[in-house]
Amino acid sequence: MKLSGAKILLKCLQLEGVGKIFGYPGGAVLDIFDQLFDSPIDLILVRHEQAAVHAADGFARTTGKVGVCLVTSGPGATNTVTGIATAYMDSIPLLIFTGQVPTKLIGNDAFQEADMVGITRPCTKHNYLIKDVNSLSKCIKEAFYIARTGRPGPVLIDLPKDVMKELTSFTYPDKVELKSYQPTYQGHRGQIKKMADLLLKSKKPVIYAGGGIISSGASSQLLRLAEMLSIPVTTSLMGIGGFPGPHPLNLGMLGMHGTFRANMAITGCDLLITLGARFADRDTGKIDGFAPHSKIIHVDIDPTSISKNVQVDIPIVGDVKLVLQELINILEKEEKTGRESHSKEWLTQISEWKKTHPLAYSQKDRIKPQYVVEKIYEMTGGDAIISTEVGQNQMWASQYYLFKEPRTFLTSGGLGTMGYGFPAAIGAQVAFPDKTVIDIAGDGSIQMNIQELATAVQYNLPVKIAILNNGYLGMVRQWQELFYQKRYSHTCMDVAPDFVKLADAYGILGLRATKPDEVVPVIEEALSSPKPVIMDFVVEKEEGVYPMVPAGKPINQMLLV
Amino acid sequence: MRHVISVLVENEPGVLSRVSGLFSGRGFNIESLTVAETIDPTASRMTIVTRGDDQILEQISKQLNKLINVIKVNDLTGKSFVNREMVLIKVAAEDATRAEVLRIVDIFRGKVVDVSPKSYTIEITGDEGKLEAIIDLLKPLRIIDLVRTGQVAIPRGKKDLQYVKNHDKNI
Ligand SMILES: Cc1ncc(C[n+]2csc(CCOP(=O)(O)OP(=O)(O)O)c2C)c(N)n1
Ligand SMILES: [Mg+2]
Repeated sequence: MKLSGAKILLKCLQLEGVGKIFGYPGGAVLDIFDQLFDSPIDLILVRHEQAAVHAADGFARTTGKVGVCLVTSGPGATNTVTGIATAYMDSIPLLIFTGQVPTKLIGNDAFQEADMVGITRPCTKHNYLIKDVNSLSKCIKEAFYIARTGRPGPVLIDLPKDVMKELTSFTYPDKVELKSYQPTYQGHRGQIKKMADLLLKSKKPVIYAGGGIISSGASSQLLRLAEMLSIPVTTSLMGIGGFPGPHPLNLGMLGMHGTFRANMAITGCDLLITLGARFADRDTGKIDGFAPHSKIIHVDIDPTSISKNVQVDIPIVGDVKLVLQELINILEKEEKTGRESHSKEWLTQISEWKKTHPLAYSQKDRIKPQYVVEKIYEMTGGDAIISTEVGQNQMWASQYYLFKEPRTFLTSGGLGTMGYGFPAAIGAQVAFPDKTVIDIAGDGSIQMNIQELATAVQYNLPVKIAILNNGYLGMVRQWQELFYQKRYSHTCMDVAPDFVKLADAYGILGLRATKPDEVVPVIEEALSSPKPVIMDFVVEKEEGVYPMVPAGKPINQMLLV
Repeated sequence: MRHVISVLVENEPGVLSRVSGLFSGRGFNIESLTVAETIDPTASRMTIVTRGDDQILEQISKQLNKLINVIKVNDLTGKSFVNREMVLIKVAAEDATRAEVLRIVDIFRGKVVDVSPKSYTIEITGDEGKLEAIIDLLKPLRIIDLVRTGQVAIPRGKKDLQYVKNHDKNI
C-alpha cells in the first residue's frame, strides 16, 4: 500500500515514540494537519511559532527526548529561528518540521517562501530539504539520530507541500548509516589513566561541570567522583542541576555572576577538571586570569570545544558519563579512594570563602527579588521544575534556588533569549503534567511570549509565572548603572500591563505582592491552585545581581554587594 | 601560516555553502577553494587554502569534521604533496611585444589558447611560485585580465587522500 508524505511523516513520528508535538498551522502544512486531525499524536497549538520551539525545547530538556515541532512555511518558519538558535547554543535535541512551497515553485519568490535550509544552516546541527518523498523516512530517521547523538542539537526538515501529497510505499529504516558522522563516545584509556594520576596528585582540585553532565546523564558519576576524592564542584549555568545544589561540595555557579568561593577556587586551584563544559566567556572572564595556576583536564564529546578557548593539558574526547565511569573504575581498582587528607586545607579554605563572602542581600520594607526566589525554593522543597527568562531574574534563580536534580532547570544559557522561560515551562508541563512548573520571569521578558497564556489555558497546563517586577530591563539597567554613569537609556519599562488584570482576562489566577510579608501567602496560594497563575512581585527597582565580574576582567575581580 | 586542506565531502546540494558558511561565520579566511566530483560520483573533493596559527587551523579541521556532510579532512601542510594551479592570462600583444610574450610563454612551458590581433590568451599550470613568476614577467607587457583556478593538491606516493581518519578522535 502506498502512503502520502504527510502520512509517512506521522508514521515515522509514532515509530520514534513521539506523542506530543508543538506547532502552528498554515497553507503549506495543510496536508500534515489534515492527517493530524485523527492521529494519536497530540499537537499543542501555541500562539506564536517561536513558542512552539521553546516549548519543544522545554520538553526536551526535562525529558531528555527529542522535542518536535511543526510549523508552516515562510513567516511560520522564520518565526522559529530564535527558538532554534537558542536550542543550538545549549545543545538541545530538537526536530523542527517546516512547511515549504511546492518544489516547482522553490526559488521563485513564491507566496510564503523562505529559504529555511539557508537561514538555519548556522544554527542547526544539520538540516534537510526533502525533494523526493522516497527519501523522507530515511531523512527523518537520520534527523532523530543526529539530533540526539554526539553533542545533541536541533535538526530542521523542510517539507515542500507537493512532497507531502505524493505517494510511495513506506518503510522505516531500522539503522542509520552515516559514513561521515560517527561521534566518539569512549574516551581514550591512556588519557583517562593520566587523568586519574593527576587527580590523585593534586592538592587543590576543582571540578567545573557544564551542560554535558546533564545531556549525557552523568550526574550520579559526577557525585561519586566528587565524594570519592572530596573534590569541590562548580557548575556553569548550563550545568546547574547536574550536581546537587545543597551538597556541601557544591560551590555554586562560576563566572560573571558566580559565587565568590567558586571564582576564588577556580583562580586558586592546582587542577581543573572540566566536564562537559566549554569555557564560555561568561564562565571564564578574561582567559589569562582563568585557572592560572592549574593543570586543566577537559572532557567533552565535541572535539571543537577542546582547545577552542583554553589550551588544556589532558584533552579527552568522549561521552562524559562513560569517561567518568571508566575513571571511577580505575580509581576504585587502585583503591586510591581515600584522599581526604590532601584536600583538607583546600576545603577549609573554600568554606572560609563561603563564610566571609556568602551570597547575600538585605531586605527591609520593599521586597527583594532574591527573597522571592529563596521562598519559592523553600516552599517547593526544591522539587519544582524551574524555567527562567533572561536578565537579573535568571541570575537570581540560578543563585538562590538550589537544584537537586538534573533536568529541573530550564534556562537559555548560550543565546540568552528573553521570552524563553514561559513557553519552555509549558513544554515541561506537557511532559510532566503533575509536577510544579514555575517560570521565574522578569517584567520585560515575560512580555516577549505572554501570548502563550492562552496555550496554557487551552491545554490545562497549570504553569506558574513568578514575575520579579522591577519596572526595568533590569540587567541592562545594571550595566548602565555600573558602566554608563546611570544613564538609563531605554531600560525603564514603567508602562506594562496590569499583570493581575491580564491574568483575569485569560481566566486564570493573578496575584500580587508589594510587601515582604505578602510574598509567602502569594506563593502558597499559587502553588495550591490547579490553574495557571501569574504572581506579580513588585520588587526593589534598582537591586543588582552580585557578585559581578565586569566583562573582560579576570573572575577573581568581583564587584561585591 | 598557510595551509592546504583537502576535504572529502558528500556530493550533495548545499555542501559548498555549509563549508563556505562555516568559514565566514567563524571568521576563518579562505585564500582559495576548489571543488569537483571525485572518482566516486557520490563524493566531491575540496581543496581549501587558508591561513592561521596552529590553534585556528586545529579549529578549522575540527569544525569541518563536525559538518555532517564532511567525510574526511586532511591538512596536507607539512606532509609530502603535489599541488597545482592553472591560470588563464590575457596579455596585450602589440607588434613590439608579441615575440616577447611568446618567448616568456615558451620558457614557462605555457600554451597560447586564444589569439587576437591585439592580445594572446595563455594557459599556465604550475605551483604557486611559477604562476607568480610569469605574472610578474608579463605585468610590464600589460595584463588585460587573468583568471586563476585556485590550488588542487594530492599527497605524493601511494597514499590516497583518505588515509587520515577523523583525525580528531581523542586528539
Ligand atoms: C530577545 C532579547 N532581547 C534583548 C536582550 C538583552 N537583554 C538582556 S537582559 C535584558 C533585560 C531583561 O529585563 P527583564 O525581563 O525585566 O529582566 P530583569 O533583568 O529586570 O530581571 C535585556 C533587554 C535579550 N537577552 N534577549
Ligand atoms: Mg525587569
